[in-house]
Amino acid sequence: MLSNLGIISSSISLLASLLLIYLSFVELKVSGDKIQKKIYKFSSVQLIFSLLSFLVLLIGYIFSDFSMINVYENSHTEKPLLYKISGTWGNHEGSLLLWINILVLFSFLFLFLNKNKNKNFKIFTLIFQNLLISIFFIFLLTNSNPFSPVFPIPGEGLGLNPILQDPALAIHPPLLYVGFVGSSIYFSAALAALISKVEAKSLATTLKPWISISWFFQTTGILVGSIWAYYELGWGGYWFWDPVENSSLMPWFLMTALLHSVLVLERRIGLYSWVIILSILTFTMSVVGTFLVRSGILNSVHTFANDPSRGLFILTFLILMVFSSIFIFFKYTPSEKKNYKIFSKEFFILINNWFMVFFLAVVLIGTLYPVFLDTLIGEKISVGPPYYNFVLAPFLIPLLFLMTSGPKHKWISSETKIFFDIILFLSVFLFLIIFFIIKENNLLINLILLFSIYLIIQNIFDFYENLKNRNINLSRIISHFGFGLLIFFISVNHIFSVESNFNVRVGEKKDIKNYIIKFENLETSSGNNYKSVVGYFEIFNKKKLIKENLEPEIRVYNQPKTITYEASINSNLFSDTYLTMSNISDSDIFNIKFQKKPFMNFIWLSVLLISLGGILNFFKRKKEI
Amino acid sequence: MKKIFIVLILIFISTKLVAAANTKDEILKNLRCLVCQGQTISDSNSDFANIIRSVVDDKIQEGLTEKEIYKFLSEKYGDWILFNPPLKNYSYILWFLPYVLFVLGGAILYLMIKKTLIEKK
Amino acid sequence: MKKIHLITTFAFLIFIFTTLYLSLNNRKIYNTKDIIGQKIDTVELTLFDNSKTFNTKEISNYKFTLFNFWASWCAPCRKEHKNLIKLSKNKNLKIIGVNFKDNKTQAKEFLQEMGDPFFILISDPKGKQSVNFGIYGIPETILVNEDLTILKKYIGPLDLKDVKEIKKIIKQ
Repeated sequence: MLSNLGIISSSISLLASLLLIYLSFVELKVSGDKIQKKIYKFSSVQLIFSLLSFLVLLIGYIFSDFSMINVYENSHTEKPLLYKISGTWGNHEGSLLLWINILVLFSFLFLFLNKNKNKNFKIFTLIFQNLLISIFFIFLLTNSNPFSPVFPIPGEGLGLNPILQDPALAIHPPLLYVGFVGSSIYFSAALAALISKVEAKSLATTLKPWISISWFFQTTGILVGSIWAYYELGWGGYWFWDPVENSSLMPWFLMTALLHSVLVLERRIGLYSWVIILSILTFTMSVVGTFLVRSGILNSVHTFANDPSRGLFILTFLILMVFSSIFIFFKYTPSEKKNYKIFSKEFFILINNWFMVFFLAVVLIGTLYPVFLDTLIGEKISVGPPYYNFVLAPFLIPLLFLMTSGPKHKWISSETKIFFDIILFLSVFLFLIIFFIIKENNLLINLILLFSIYLIIQNIFDFYENLKNRNINLSRIISHFGFGLLIFFISVNHIFSVESNFNVRVGEKKDIKNYIIKFENLETSSGNNYKSVVGYFEIFNKKKLIKENLEPEIRVYNQPKTITYEASINSNLFSDTYLTMSNISDSDIFNIKFQKKPFMNFIWLSVLLISLGGILNFFKRKKEI
Repeated sequence: MKKIFIVLILIFISTKLVAAANTKDEILKNLRCLVCQGQTISDSNSDFANIIRSVVDDKIQEGLTEKEIYKFLSEKYGDWILFNPPLKNYSYILWFLPYVLFVLGGAILYLMIKKTLIEKK
Repeated sequence: MKKIHLITTFAFLIFIFTTLYLSLNNRKIYNTKDIIGQKIDTVELTLFDNSKTFNTKEISNYKFTLFNFWASWCAPCRKEHKNLIKLSKNKNLKIIGVNFKDNKTQAKEFLQEMGDPFFILISDPKGKQSVNFGIYGIPETILVNEDLTILKKYIGPLDLKDVKEIKKIIKQ
């Protein structure tokens, strides 16, 4: 029953999209600057039925309707309600439906909320967006149908991988999807702007809120993903430079570049074509990321069920999208010859874009190079964290410096500011204090620390200025401040992290730096849908004379049958103690990974601050309109 | 402009000075667990990872350097096991392309502001 | 100028997309069977029956040596065992078994039940010795000549095709 309802409602939504494309082309020939009511109506119908189809799947999951193959394969009656709900988008078909819903939602919101006077611009945007929607609906219905029925109806489902049963991961995909699928709307708008020759300022004001909001969601999505990896994967890391993580980072760099360059466009200083290129690239990178993740050509920690036909479909779509965008771009792009003054604000924004595109390039090269090498000459290599750290870390120094000094400059003017000021002096002073405390002798890390302190202090001063007169951009201050803190805390975390891997038996002790780790006891227990072995550990801090008790677990789940290693984390304000345990087969020895990770909570908080800037930027826009 | 150059020079010096990973855990972090999905040896709980961990332990005891350990393992298991791809004929592009692109980006940027630079002089 | 931009962009993208397309059909799980041609390390291995050792240098006395890594707990090893027995009848070939992370009593039972094809049996209770041979899962089989050069690696159980191939190589 639900199965049919789902197929019917998504088909109606597809039909509405096709009709919208047709009506829009008709509308282009009608004079007048008001869009016909009919288009608004069809857009509403499209949204309602697309949401309905999502609701159908959601209900299927909540009530465990195993007549749908998708529910049967990914759910189980004994699963907690939250994970039944999140199971809806925890698989390929369901997440594709979520993807489409976001495309539709953004199409609808753009049509209803956008105040741009240029009718053709709005209509063309609608056409492009609905082309995307139709193609993805066809993909959904022909290849990846979440509503496919199964007969005879199974009595019980196969269950969801236990490591995916986590509150952070429940909200991670929707956040990330609003982020990078949301970028589709400025992809469509950019192409539409070229064809309908929208003027610079008007394009900028139209794009800005969409960029801010998708950037905000992308940032929080990445954050939540990191938090999940840290707590659930049990390795104590939060960023692995894994291909799947990289796929979420690549559009983020471009969104960040756009967020800045659109400011230049808004002031009619230039960058019209560049903003268009960035808008096209952002969504392209989102699709590239999806391709890499779903096609299975990458070897990643985050496994997704793969199917070559999906990869082929997404690749074909990507090729069509890229080539038609290039065609439109080269056909319609206006020529602009602008001069950018050195040391003006726009000059620093150009540098920001230079860096962002560079970061994107590094991540893209690192991710794709092994794939290309394997395909072209059959040589297999791995590109991992050491590569990215080596190539990217040095560039953080100029980036931090430019983030500090760039915003101090004025638009369209090349007066240079004094290089040495009180803030720099204060930063160096603070840095020296920290330097004598930590005694780190790596020059690179010291420079990164120094420049992140400079950025932090500069923004604290700016914030103070902002309280006095309200001319300064608060969202910028908060985001830059957050970024400074992020880099600072990541560096400090890196310096002070203690990590040790060792083997012990029950009852034994181990000395590691300032800690004594005692394996006190081992017990078996059982939970709702798993059995487990729990190790009881006491960690004694010799310096501070503090005892901590940690209980890592090895769980054996029955639905589906999987072994997970549950880390035991004692999270304090300033430092986390992290313990994982695994058994060495056919012995009574356990392998223990002990980690002391300082400032983890501050790292999360810094990213939260960064994204807060994005949402402030979004609401500030609203007020101006 | 001078200041920017100073900063750039500082960066490249600092790259060279990145301290070599010498602790066991840093070595383990740079090794891929062959039987896992992209996990490092340090992060994996598999049997294979446990064996490699104790072998690396032994090799450090024997006095092998970090590089020698990488060489030993890559001879046996291929470069696939190294997360830090060694600089070889087929990885030149991987290591140098980013810098080439960075300079190229800089050149484009320079062209964009060239006129004002000339005016200034 | 515009045309040159267009052509280079197109050429670049066609290259990227073609490679991505090819990579779709090129998905294999990584294995080490192509890592051949180099010599095996000189290491001291512990014999299964007593605490005496066997140095891999001694292999140079035999024309061809086949290292087989196995354990009684490994189901595919059971499957390939009859093929090893077949090969053990060949005079040109000495088979050295490496008992990988196994219980000795169970290993003995296994050989009693299935037959013993091994010329020499090595014990590797912690699996560390096998790392010298690049083993990452069992069964794995390595064919070595008198120069100690690795000629062939078989990941997973030996099948009849592999047996034929080994026989062909050692005939020369």
